[in-house]
Amino acid sequence: MDALGRHWKKIALAVIFVISLFVPFFVQNNYFLGVIILGYIWAIATYGLNILLGYTGQLSLGHAGFFGIGAYTVGVLTVGYEFPFWPSLLIAVIASSVLGFLIGIFALRTRNEYFAIFTLGVGFVIYLVIERWEGLTGGALGLIGVPYPEGIGPIQFDGPGSLYYLILGFLILTIYIAWSIANSLVGRSFMAIRNSEELAAATGINVGRAKQLAFAISTGVAGLAGGLYATYIGFLGPAIVNVPTTFEILLYLLVGGMGSLSGPLVGAFLVTTLFQFLQQFEAYRLVILGPLVVIIIIFFPKGLAGLWHAAETRIRKRMNKNPAPDESSESAKEEAR
Amino acid sequence: MLLTTKNLGITFGGLKAVNEVDFEVERGTVAAIIGPNGAGKSTFFNLISGFHKPTTGTVTLDGEDLTNLPAHKTVRSGMARTFQTTNLFMEDTVLDNLIVGHRVRTKSNIFDAILRTPRLRREEKESRERAMESLAFAGVDRLAERTVGSISQEAQKRVSIALALATEPKILLLDEPAAGVNNEETEGLATLIRKLVEHEYTVCLVEHKMSMVMGLADKIMVLHHGEKIAEGEPKEVASNEAVIEAYLGAEEEDDA
Amino acid sequence: MELFLQQLINGIALGSVYSLAALGLTLVFGVLRIPNLAHGALYMIGAYVTYFALTSYGIPYIVAIGISAAVLALIGVIVERLVFHPLRNAPHTHHLIAAVGVLFFLQSGAQVLWGSEFREMPSPFTGVINIFGLNIGQQRLVVIFASILVMAALYWFLKKTVPGQTIEAIEQDRTGASLVGIDANRVSMMTFAISAALAAVAASLVAPINLVFPTMGEALNLKVFAIIILGGLGSIPGAIVGGFALALAEVFSSTYVSNAFSEAIGFLFLLVVLAVRPTGLFSKGA
Ligand SMILES: Nc1ncnc2c1ncn2[C@@H]1O[C@H](COP(=O)(O)OP(=O)(O)OP(=O)(O)O)[C@@H](O)[C@H]1O
Ligand SMILES: [Mg+2]
Repeated sequence: MDALGRHWKKIALAVIFVISLFVPFFVQNNYFLGVIILGYIWAIATYGLNILLGYTGQLSLGHAGFFGIGAYTVGVLTVGYEFPFWPSLLIAVIASSVLGFLIGIFALRTRNEYFAIFTLGVGFVIYLVIERWEGLTGGALGLIGVPYPEGIGPIQFDGPGSLYYLILGFLILTIYIAWSIANSLVGRSFMAIRNSEELAAATGINVGRAKQLAFAISTGVAGLAGGLYATYIGFLGPAIVNVPTTFEILLYLLVGGMGSLSGPLVGAFLVTTLFQFLQQFEAYRLVILGPLVVIIIIFFPKGLAGLWHAAETRIRKRMNKNPAPDESSESAKEEAR
Repeated sequence: MLLTTKNLGITFGGLKAVNEVDFEVERGTVAAIIGPNGAGKSTFFNLISGFHKPTTGTVTLDGEDLTNLPAHKTVRSGMARTFQTTNLFMEDTVLDNLIVGHRVRTKSNIFDAILRTPRLRREEKESRERAMESLAFAGVDRLAERTVGSISQEAQKRVSIALALATEPKILLLDEPAAGVNNEETEGLATLIRKLVEHEYTVCLVEHKMSMVMGLADKIMVLHHGEKIAEGEPKEVASNEAVIEAYLGAEEEDDA
Repeated sequence: MELFLQQLINGIALGSVYSLAALGLTLVFGVLRIPNLAHGALYMIGAYVTYFALTSYGIPYIVAIGISAAVLALIGVIVERLVFHPLRNAPHTHHLIAAVGVLFFLQSGAQVLWGSEFREMPSPFTGVINIFGLNIGQQRLVVIFASILVMAALYWFLKKTVPGQTIEAIEQDRTGASLVGIDANRVSMMTFAISAALAAVAASLVAPINLVFPTMGEALNLKVFAIIILGGLGSIPGAIVGGFALALAEVFSSTYVSNAFSEAIGFLFLLVVLAVRPTGLFSKGA
């Protein structure tokens, strides 16, 4: 019992991992499989936002723009210039990350609301450029025929089944990166900034540079998600780059829990799949989601991860039946102040 | 002299919040800055520690010119500070708040983080140890696993000082370390400050509690409307006419 | 030259609308520090209320605008009570996110209720007036004069009436205002009411020239943010000047450069300005 209590997280992770490996065997229906794949792609994009908003406390409203830079870099290079997919994806990640870094130089001179609105402007301008630069991006008609990735050795990417594993692999990589950042001095610096920029600076953190780094990682991950989206869907239209997409990613993060490791996956996966399976509510999607966002931010600002954490703490307390007496009396004393 | 300011001053839209202040702190001593509300004490700290760029004058720490350095660089040079209001992360544990304090002495970067390099592991371990040492020094190591929000005001003040210590400073600037704690606890904090000096740290503090200042300080500077109006040993300052007047005047202003 | 003058009038008309909408946004920001991303959605709802008052109930245009302003004022108060009041001590990111929720709700609610088709709002002012050889649509003149009237009324309210002065007092000094016993709750509701009413008037004035549809507030939303950032968040003169500046820049760049450029110009300008002055063009300090 005790061992289970201590290791249950690892066990649960292992179980989830094994299940995720077998998904294509349970889910024979390509449509459903596609829904899950899209859920993974949005989860990757949400991890990107989490590094900036969840860890570092900076709300960027231009996230979809960088998703779009990634998607269109892959789209334009593969369709327009007949580049192979893999180098295109690499270029997409680098391009969105470098662009994020460069824009960050200016964006991060602004703070708080100004930063949110600056990035909102950035996102919208990226959208306008993509929509209007017809020669390159196909304008409103978009780009058709983004190819699947080339095979690697014996592995061929020729349908949802194999793409599932590819995108699962990238999702796991993204989660690993998020985890390794959160559990390092780099991540601690980010979180110190989220807590208080002043205190962070007073402990010797170069706040400007740390934010810049978080922004570049965040946009790079958004670009990765965009590139994967391009190859999986095979078609790109400018709408996906527009501001509402940013809002949706924000919603996924909010539902799952800002700043948590599992939040982006849970939120993106849950919200996207739920609404795909409830197609009859499609029209009401945002009518329901809007108030949901408000309720979550008022009552559960830490999302599902926060609720889970609270429940876990409560259970743990109940299981530790005899806490050290002096400590409990001390905390009672402190609460009374 | 460990810390020297010359002509240090700043103007906020016409208001001379700090006006050409010369100030020195000797290594291994406690210097106190007092003055009525709004005298410019916190602003003076902000100038020394790089949070504001001075309009006039210079700041030197241990022979190094810090005048126009941004805050995080002054920390690297050995300046540490606490704030008038605690702004620790309330929901995190005391230890987690502290570990980042050593970040300024570490080098690992994002690639170390992703590749989990030996350097990262070593520095993480060092930071953790340094955090525990600092907490132990401040007498709050037994609270390491508690959340900051759940510990007393006094304990939070100690944790703030521990965080400053974790950066391995030469001098600590403490802005009202005893604000909002009772007399007994104030005495405890005074003892901690004495202990800092015994361990060869240098302390510069801003404090309204006269009993604490009088018992601790090797020297006192009095600011009033941004200007230095007196400086010297506690006894001299306490009997200084200008100082008494400034405090009485300030009281009258408050009453009005 | 004729084209220039014609476009100048168009720019002033558009600018009046932008200014009105931006005034509402900047008031809410100045007083409550809330960047209300749902402002464009309130604007859109305002246009629909006028539209239905006009077409379904046959209420005269000017009266319909008044009704719309009143309805939106009420909606503004409801939004303040239900959404922003509970968040008054939350970090700024939470305000922005909650506003996004309200935006989702209003915009898609309009879509569900009224469909996504474009509707034409009939206005009694359809004629064209000829002044010095320029043909000017009556509606444009109505827009300009009505806006000036509303701005003057707002100015009078803020400067000369007691409730208005409480708003200004809080805008200038929050703690000081609470010390002299100003009820922050009431001011908060009042500010939201005025803000939403201004958006409703702006939308109702411009709707006969443009069209009414659920996403009509989207572009405007971004633009008014650009305007108030340029003008300095919370600055009333800044919002007015910024509104006219953006409108004129748009109108003239669409005439003399290109349409796409005119759409982007506000944002490009915004980005450039913020890159140079991170707290806006007319902000104090920093
Ligand atoms: N960033 C700033 N911008 C404008 N004015 C400022 C700024 N910081 C401080 N001031 C002004 O400078 C003066 C000195 O303030 P400061 O906070 O340094 O006083 P203090 O001596 O620390 O007072 P207290 O004992 O109340 O903490 C005050 O009039 C204050 O309003
Ligand atoms: Mg102070």
